[in-house]
Amino acid sequence: MNRVQVRIAAAGAVVLSLAALAVGCGGGSTADAESQGKIDLVAYSTPETSYAKLIPAFNQTSAGKGVTFTQSYGASGDQSRAVAAGQAADVVHFALEPDIARLVDAKLVSPNWDQNQYNGIVANTEVVFVVRKGNPKHITSWDDLVKPGVEVITPNPFTSGGARWNIMAAYGAELKEGKTPAQAQRYLSDLFHNVPVQDDKASAALQTFTGGKGDVLLAYEQDALLAQESGADIQLVYPPQTIEIQTPIATTTKASSSAKAFVKWLYTDQAQTILAETGYRPVVSSDESAFARAFPDAGNPTLFTIDDVDPGGWDDVMTTFFDPENSIMQKIEGSIGVSTSS
Amino acid sequence: MTTVALPRRRASGAALPSAAPGVAITYLSVIVLLPLAALLWQSQKGGADAFWQAVSSPDAAAALELTLGAALLVALNNAVFGTLIAWMIVRDSFPGKGIVNSLIDLPFALPTVVAGLTLLTLYGPYSPIGLNITYTRTAVVLALLFETLPFVIRSVQPVLLELDREMEEAAASLGARGHVVFRRIVLPNLLPAILSGMALAFARAVGEYGSVVMLSGNVPFSTEVASVHIYSQIQSDYVTGATAMSIVLLAISLAVLLSISALHRRSSKHVH
Amino acid sequence: MFTKLGLRFAALAYLALLLIVPVGIIGAHTFSGGLGPVWDSLTVPDAVKALELTLEIAIIVVPLNTVFGITMAILMVRRELPGKALLSALIDLPFAVSPVIVGFTLILVYGQQGWFGSFFVDRGYQIIFSTPGMVLATMFVSLPFVAREVIPVLREIGTEQEQAAATLGARSHQTFRRVTLPAIRWGIVYGVVLTTARSIGEYGAVAVVSGNVIGQTQTLTLRVSQEYQNFDHTAAYTAALELAVIALVTLFLMNLFHPRKDR
Repeated sequence: MNRVQVRIAAAGAVVLSLAALAVGCGGGSTADAESQGKIDLVAYSTPETSYAKLIPAFNQTSAGKGVTFTQSYGASGDQSRAVAAGQAADVVHFALEPDIARLVDAKLVSPNWDQNQYNGIVANTEVVFVVRKGNPKHITSWDDLVKPGVEVITPNPFTSGGARWNIMAAYGAELKEGKTPAQAQRYLSDLFHNVPVQDDKASAALQTFTGGKGDVLLAYEQDALLAQESGADIQLVYPPQTIEIQTPIATTTKASSSAKAFVKWLYTDQAQTILAETGYRPVVSSDESAFARAFPDAGNPTLFTIDDVDPGGWDDVMTTFFDPENSIMQKIEGSIGVSTSS
Repeated sequence: MTTVALPRRRASGAALPSAAPGVAITYLSVIVLLPLAALLWQSQKGGADAFWQAVSSPDAAAALELTLGAALLVALNNAVFGTLIAWMIVRDSFPGKGIVNSLIDLPFALPTVVAGLTLLTLYGPYSPIGLNITYTRTAVVLALLFETLPFVIRSVQPVLLELDREMEEAAASLGARGHVVFRRIVLPNLLPAILSGMALAFARAVGEYGSVVMLSGNVPFSTEVASVHIYSQIQSDYVTGATAMSIVLLAISLAVLLSISALHRRSSKHVH
Repeated sequence: MFTKLGLRFAALAYLALLLIVPVGIIGAHTFSGGLGPVWDSLTVPDAVKALELTLEIAIIVVPLNTVFGITMAILMVRRELPGKALLSALIDLPFAVSPVIVGFTLILVYGQQGWFGSFFVDRGYQIIFSTPGMVLATMFVSLPFVAREVIPVLREIGTEQEQAAATLGARSHQTFRRVTLPAIRWGIVYGVVLTTARSIGEYGAVAVVSGNVIGQTQTLTLRVSQEYQNFDHTAAYTAALELAVIALVTLFLMNLFHPRKDR
């Protein structure tokens, strides 16, 4: 080969590589995303097991015949951010309402998404204590968590939606016991001084706990029930009072009619029973017995909602508790650093 | 460097097509510089005050300090053990050497989650060897040591393979002891490769997320590293903070990399 | 002699504690339930698709980054370039960027509201949450390896042999193929192996831009996390072992290339 040939060869290599890239691009073309019978479902992590049963059941119904699904699961905040940045989605199901609010702000979900009988909530669960088999530290109440020598595992409130539910559960339970907001904040501070590990996600915190760290884990009841079913050596303890975790669902503005039909179907007895059997508390009242049948040992603590804790709901709570620059949790996390690193 | 005059450009430099520098630099720009420019652009959106506030807050400072300290420690440790292991693989012979050699790259291929999990199994609360160091700063270093293991080994190895053994043999035949041969002859020749590996290990350690997040415990002020801090700011929709922190990390890494390459040039002037 | 044994022991102990035992644990976990479940989780369509996607990305990324790396190495060592020190540092920079930020910046550039987002969207191409975005993220995180491996070797071999060849009348590309390439081959080998390993193993950056759609944009690495989270440990460890095998096969193949000299 002479110089010219070398150049031709090099040019050829570049062209080939670009062609390879183009093939890759072609694969990502959005052209086929519009078909009627396809639903892009983007959800937070834990309902994956539920959807594995819900989708085949939906396909058996007349509305769901021939409908195909693509499914994506991940941490609620990550998923919401991805949809806001352009990930294809017809149905979104998140762990907390601010993640839907982000999509409303991005004009991807209608502001009326929660204007239905169920306020846009498709399934409930609650914050529970998860302890080692036999409950060796005798943990039964929120007060037990702040005793000296008790290690509490909860994810980091600035990275995890689950952690935010945990904190609102603890804070709300204190208020329900008649404490003042100042005392309840004091309680949160004591609680976080007992937290040796703050994982980035609720699922990671569960792994940390099943991996042997800590005496008690704050977790979604549904997540804990599934972990227990798959053989983890854990036990659920129901605190006397806890928060009801309401998981919102919505269709996006470009959702197909089958996507809307699917969400509607999720409120039927059939779908709610499947949700109950996979660990969720159904939102349709006629189906509450399905959960009790599937999990006879589950407790029934007194429940309160996020609106009971703060009438302003998540909007308010996000600023007062979880603003990264000036909020209750930011100050508490700061105080941990002062006392441990000095 | 040699000064022998050559027709046209020097040696293998001439084998490159004349478009090569342009193409290579364009590639670098599209793949690396463009995204970094976007990062820079985003970080200044909040103004200088917001930028400064984001990186100088006590928790950000603590995370930066931990990250840089751990990365430095990891780079130094790699320099010693990486060189030793490369030396052993190239020059020593023992049964199972081939297997050891082929395992070296696995820390990259294994997803960080798996790395985190296996290290947790081995050094966590249920440690079979009774060594529980997880959820401490030591665990941060441990995770980083695992993730950066191949760098120095794989950059020293090829140089060692190409290294002329005649010089060493000559020195040895003249009565020089093993460690003298190593210090005077082998080490100076390996130094560029060791530094190169260290630079990579340092850079990687600064940016690592997945395995550290599982092992460290993420407690602010104590075991939260910079990349986890960045993640928490993204999750809180505090983009200015996240990008500002990344820019600072990048600037520090760039400074470290530049000084390593300066060291590089000085050392290579001595050798050649 | 004793020092040599001592050094060997130290090196092996270090490797055992940091690498060999942990990898052994993965193997043990994978097969703890017998071969049946392993085979099942290997052949599930979603797992097959994840493997295909992982390989597809690696096949696009590795050759491009290799050609870039070799070119860059030669430019850095054999040519006079202005701002070489800066360029050299820039090559390493991708590592220092937290994976989360890599994904984030790609969204800033190619996302729907990004700099070039509308350009591609108008033409019907989706970059982010699709293969091209994942390719870009992978290119970013695995860019430095080949250049970094080849540069020290090029320095070490010097220019004497190349000059001798040139003096004897060899053309520049002949010199490159016959003299330079064989000499830097181990650098290329390890560079390619590391690039491949990093390409298939990357999690953070790819996770942000993939969308993680099961059976479509889910790579093996993403699958590992998801399956582990679902307490399907066999599936998670099987996928992890698949990744390890890909890395080992790459190393093996690269060792076949020019099977002469040394070892």
